[in-house]
Amino acid sequence: MKPAPFRYERPETLEEALGLLAEHGEEAKVLAGGQSLVPLLSMRFARPAVLVDVNRLPGLDGIAAENGHVRAGTLARQSAFGEAPPVLERVPLATEAVPHIGHFATRNRGTVGGSIAHADARAELPLALVALGGSAVLASRRGRREVAADDLFVTHFTSALEPDELLVETLWPAAGPGWGCAFEELALRAGDYALGMTACVLHIEEARIAVARVAVGAVTDRPTVIPEAGELLAGEAVDATLAREAGRAAARAVDPVDSLHASAAYQRHLTGLLVERAVLRAWEAAL
Amino acid sequence: MIPIEITVNGRRYRETVPARLLLSDFIRHTLGLTGTHVGCEHGVCGCCTIILDGTSIRSCLFLAVQADGSELRTVEGLAGGGELTALQRAFRERHALQCGFCTPGILMAAVDFLGRHPEPSREQVVGLLSGHLCRCTGYEPIVEAILDAAGER
Ligand code: FES
Ligand code: FES
Repeated sequence: MKPAPFRYERPETLEEALGLLAEHGEEAKVLAGGQSLVPLLSMRFARPAVLVDVNRLPGLDGIAAENGHVRAGTLARQSAFGEAPPVLERVPLATEAVPHIGHFATRNRGTVGGSIAHADARAELPLALVALGGSAVLASRRGRREVAADDLFVTHFTSALEPDELLVETLWPAAGPGWGCAFEELALRAGDYALGMTACVLHIEEARIAVARVAVGAVTDRPTVIPEAGELLAGEAVDATLAREAGRAAARAVDPVDSLHASAAYQRHLTGLLVERAVLRAWEAAL
Repeated sequence: MIPIEITVNGRRYRETVPARLLLSDFIRHTLGLTGTHVGCEHGVCGCCTIILDGTSIRSCLFLAVQADGSELRTVEGLAGGGELTALQRAFRERHALQCGFCTPGILMAAVDFLGRHPEPSREQVVGLLSGHLCRCTGYEPIVEAILDAAGER
């Protein structure tokens, strides 16, 4: 199990990196943390002609709060991101999600931007970004554009990123007073791919829900907001019955497929249960 | 072929490697440091874990060329002058290894982990070990050994 040969490029500036992507397009693959890409290379599921190692690009690993967001450079490592003070204070959903990603040593190396760009429907950070209504900034020789998380994820391992684009940063909306969130996941073993996962973000005004976003992953082909659950919660105060109803609405809205590890019926049931728990916890956090 | 310069356990190496060579294979085959083990080669088993510039990583998920200019620590670098570290002694005392296949990776991850979490809870140690498969011990002795080593620091 060894990678097929490729040409290795290690640009030192963003311009150089974008130039390489413009030149090689579909033939090139960006190497960030490599925690998903290197296994794909070793198993030869991916056989890029050119590997563009962006790890030494300067200034792309910062994590800072500004204008109601936390801005994370694409090379911020997952472990650093989850524990960074601006994230601990303002994006508690991300801090909850990070420990579910892989393992201690893989989080040390895996990047925030790489996980978003990889667009795995079973990954935690894409789900958290969608639930928060965040966005990503994509750069190419043609310029820069900001894409909302909802539009970024297309389907399994497919994002709106063009072959000449590099994801340079992600924007995570900051939670203030009255906001509460919760991340719930079930995997067979810690660090394994999830059988079900959900993220819930609530905003409470005068003890009623003003904004509710419930999103699910793993059972869908991309991290997906469930509007039915949000609508059911809007204007209400959460109790056990309402949380269960929100879970049922989410379970009805998804259409999982049977897998080796869990039947579609089980995944549907699990999604309902995780949403129910997340809604209850997010409500308590927001109060 | 790409020339690289890497320091491993304080010793400097200059080698020329193919771009696709995994760091795990570079350590074992090129340098002959076979203390670092390879089990799954896709990031799951943890036995290839080493320390790169102060942080534990999977050497099977890393290219040798990426480590150019870096400083590595492998299990061979722990017991300087033949004297076991407190962590290694705790492993011996607690019978935290049998065949020893998983041990180098767990030791290197634990060195990094204890550096950042000097007083870990049992739950945190169990969380760390979710990234390391051991077929022999049943994990409990490993948990105890890491907690013992933390207590001694
Ligand atoms: S050999 Fe690297 S994690 Fe298994
Ligand atoms: S001691 Fe044999 S695998 Fe852990």
